[in-house]
Amino acid sequence: MFEVIMIVALLVLSVSLMLCIARALMGPTLSDRIVALDSFGLNLIGFISIFMILQNTEAYAEVVLVLGILAFVGSVALAKFLERGVVIDRDSH
Amino acid sequence: MSESVIEIIVAVLLIIGVSMILLSAIGLLRLPDIYTRSHGATKSATLGVLSTLVAVFIYFGALEGFYNVRVLLGIVFVFLTAPVAGHLCCRAAYRSGTPLAEESVQDDLKEILGDEEQRRNQRMDK
Repeated sequence: MFEVIMIVALLVLSVSLMLCIARALMGPTLSDRIVALDSFGLNLIGFISIFMILQNTEAYAEVVLVLGILAFVGSVALAKFLERGVVIDRDSH
Repeated sequence: MSESVIEIIVAVLLIIGVSMILLSAIGLLRLPDIYTRSHGATKSATLGVLSTLVAVFIYFGALEGFYNVRVLLGIVFVFLTAPVAGHLCCRAAYRSGTPLAEESVQDDLKEILGDEEQRRNQRMDK
């Protein structure tokens, strides 16, 4: 029963990952794509944490951390690029 | 606690989390403009991932006997950064002049930051 619940959860998460990819592909503006990719990263974290229970291992804890950091830094950099046109400000204003 | 009780708790947390994530993905696909989309995508996805990670934390803590600090760190990090990223995306979208949906009835920032044309031109001047 427990394993069945895990596998159903993985299937539902795959559907939501596909929905995120669909929005990232067809999003009319750049900010839609940024939000969709951010949400994609969050969903991947949930996906991998379910794998941790299913395979009964703690080896993927670092993957969860690194994915969280990458999703956050990526969205912040893209949002900054969208707002100012650059990622790193050279002059202070 | 016996093993089956822990499995029931973990399964309930997983079901809550996964259904939240699915609802947020549906909202991301169905809502009309970027502001409502990020409203749908950011908050409920954060809650869903948080409850999934709490399920993992409880599972390993109660069954293996030691609590995994890295998963706890992941919980805190996701809880802190996911809303911030959503807010930054919305702010960047508004400041770069992304239009609101046609159904919108109110735009409070319009008096302060100007309408879409002005914001877009302001960005070009910089």
